[in-house]
Amino acid sequence: MSQTPTNEHTETFRQSSERRMRLNMGPQHPSTHGVLQIVLDLEGEVVMRCDPVPGYLHRGTEKLAEERYYNQIVPLTDRLDYVSAFNNNVAFVLPVEKLLGIEIPERAMWIRVILMELQRIASHLIWYGTSLMDLGAITAFLYAMREREKILDIFEMACGARLTYSYCRVGGLMSDVPAGFEEKVEEFVKAFPTAWKEYTTLVSKNPIFMDRTKGVGVITAEDAIDMGLTGPSLRGSGVDWDLRKKEPYYGYDKIDFAVPVGTKGDCYDRYLCRMEEMMQSNRIVEQALKFLKPGPVKVDDPKIVLPPKELAMSQAEAMQRHFYQVIHGFNVPVGETYGKIEGSKGEIGFYIISDGSSHPYRMKIRAPSFVNLQSLPLMTEGRMVADVITCIGTIDIVLGEVDR
Amino acid sequence: MFSPARLFETGAAPTVAPAQAVNPQTDPFIWFLQTFITLFVIMNVVLVIMAYQTWAERKVIARMQLRYGPNQTGTAGLLQPIADAVKMLGKEFVIPRDADRPVFVLAPILSFIPAVAAFAIIPWGDARSEGLLGGWIRPAIANLNVGLLFILALSSVGVYGVIMAGYSSGNKYSMLGSLRSTGQVVSYELTLGLSLIGVLIQAGTLNLNDIVRQQQASVWFIFPQFFGFVVFLISGIAETNRNPFDLPEAESELVAGFHLEYSGMSFGLFYLAEYISMNAISALAAIMFFGGWAPPFDIAPFNWLPGPIWLFLKFAFFLFLYYWIRSTLPRFRYDQLMGLVWKVLFPIAIANLVITAIVKLVGIQIGWWV
Repeated sequence: MSQTPTNEHTETFRQSSERRMRLNMGPQHPSTHGVLQIVLDLEGEVVMRCDPVPGYLHRGTEKLAEERYYNQIVPLTDRLDYVSAFNNNVAFVLPVEKLLGIEIPERAMWIRVILMELQRIASHLIWYGTSLMDLGAITAFLYAMREREKILDIFEMACGARLTYSYCRVGGLMSDVPAGFEEKVEEFVKAFPTAWKEYTTLVSKNPIFMDRTKGVGVITAEDAIDMGLTGPSLRGSGVDWDLRKKEPYYGYDKIDFAVPVGTKGDCYDRYLCRMEEMMQSNRIVEQALKFLKPGPVKVDDPKIVLPPKELAMSQAEAMQRHFYQVIHGFNVPVGETYGKIEGSKGEIGFYIISDGSSHPYRMKIRAPSFVNLQSLPLMTEGRMVADVITCIGTIDIVLGEVDR
Repeated sequence: MFSPARLFETGAAPTVAPAQAVNPQTDPFIWFLQTFITLFVIMNVVLVIMAYQTWAERKVIARMQLRYGPNQTGTAGLLQPIADAVKMLGKEFVIPRDADRPVFVLAPILSFIPAVAAFAIIPWGDARSEGLLGGWIRPAIANLNVGLLFILALSSVGVYGVIMAGYSSGNKYSMLGSLRSTGQVVSYELTLGLSLIGVLIQAGTLNLNDIVRQQQASVWFIFPQFFGFVVFLISGIAETNRNPFDLPEAESELVAGFHLEYSGMSFGLFYLAEYISMNAISALAAIMFFGGWAPPFDIAPFNWLPGPIWLFLKFAFFLFLYYWIRSTLPRFRYDQLMGLVWKVLFPIAIANLVITAIVKLVGIQIGWWV
């Protein structure tokens, strides 16, 4: 039988596929937030099928980590979600510290909390600017950058870097923050609510913005849980799940803050959640500053932390330890563990299997952006091209983390 | 004492004679020379305004966005438009392999010419006066009896350039952009036209010059035709594809929309066309609703400034409005855009039209309308 069987179904399919236009959005496209490719099947402007194709920024972070000492992996984690690098740093050192069975000093812990929350604000500001820019409101971006710049200044003061910090070390921090750090943070915390008000008045009640986001990209709470969404994307759907509250780490239980939760699960709810989260993070920073007392920022364990430079230069034993640390790292006991924190995009976790040597046997990254991205087809199919852009904006993905 | 008739009073209406020959000059050769010189001057003025409009836009928006804008090329970046033009002229005109060549080449030209041609009938001063230099530079290139229709017709032709560009580029984004543009411009043209008909009924003429003279004699038409003005302004922004109606070239969705595949000066022509039609819509708004070249009050400090300056000031205000809106508002979605025009603007325009017509009819019947 050489003739192709034709029946009603194949005929309709043929016709409908002829009517459809396949549009490759990306990997080079101004609003896919990096190198994400989205294959869209369009009928007119309506998206019939949406297929995100990640992988253009794949750098094999997990494999690279298997060849590196634990402290050498920290810079790799910077490059995952590069707009909230510090959260990644902490998420990585957390399980390692768990495997080693060490408790970091109070001061290191509170500095981490302060910087993590500042980082969350910075990351949300980037989201605010870029997602609005995708909607055509160009000015919001530059206003968001203004406050983010102040946060980057704080980071620069603490560790010298502005984007890829690598400030965390297993067992604490690279070094203590310089004098004047607390005043600078305090200054920011005081000024931020005014700036925040400016952001919301610019956008929140704008009728065009509300038209563009209300009822768009709806994800029900059930779907959100099924999809494994985390972070503001999940909370926007009305699920009250925040690791800082549910499984408190780093003294978040001592801090009073609220977890904003949406009701409808549309883009507008996710927007409101993120906006409110910035204010809550600001509150957390404000309270955490009060807990910040002078003290060491590294654990007192010569096997794990490098000896101070002046000791290494004057004492033979310290120098040997320094040398051994640098060329060999430190061994981590056999075992496997999963550490997670509430990152700015959602739950970022590192699963680490150690075979007792100085580098992990296997490291698995649970990247929130990657998991959140899979909700994109659910949000956009049956809607218009412009809504795809809105949805990508509000699930807040960073391709460094999606592709790893 | 308030009487509704005062709103529509066009005291000068009977005295305004129908448009006459533009110039008493009868020698055809001299007339031709005068027209040529006028054309040369006005077109250069328009193009220079357009070039510096890009500079002004960048400066204004930059200030609204906590930036400085161009400030390296010349004092305060004043040479930036020239540098941009030189750069654009120096670039290669790439024709994509999939493009439909003749259409692809023709599209930017078809987009540019109607935009510029609209300026032929914009009166920069009283078109029946002598003009500058003893009539060598006339206030308007042409004083058409059907001026308004001419402008609306040109703006309809302008959309063909956009459609052809999108269709011939062989690019899906361009295609989507031009499809959007077709729907958008066809719909908004309707409300644009309807909003102007209110003015038309009131003035009783299509001649732009006479419309301005009538406003000079009574009040600016923005007062009786306020809703018409609002509809006109929104439709005008949509007609020129500017924010928040810039869907045909929505950068974040369609990369650059219909002109995605154009490079060098062919892109430059689209760019120029967009800005010149912005100018034209602004000038039209100034003429139809804000008294054109007429000063707001015909008393001492105001009538010292000549007509062209007044027109420039008025349309500069509209351009500023364009920038302001651009830096403030997000973009509409396509269905919302269509919803806005058909569900909101269209009824308003129709209602405005009907009410204006009734008021005029009743006014004439009972003698309010002179």
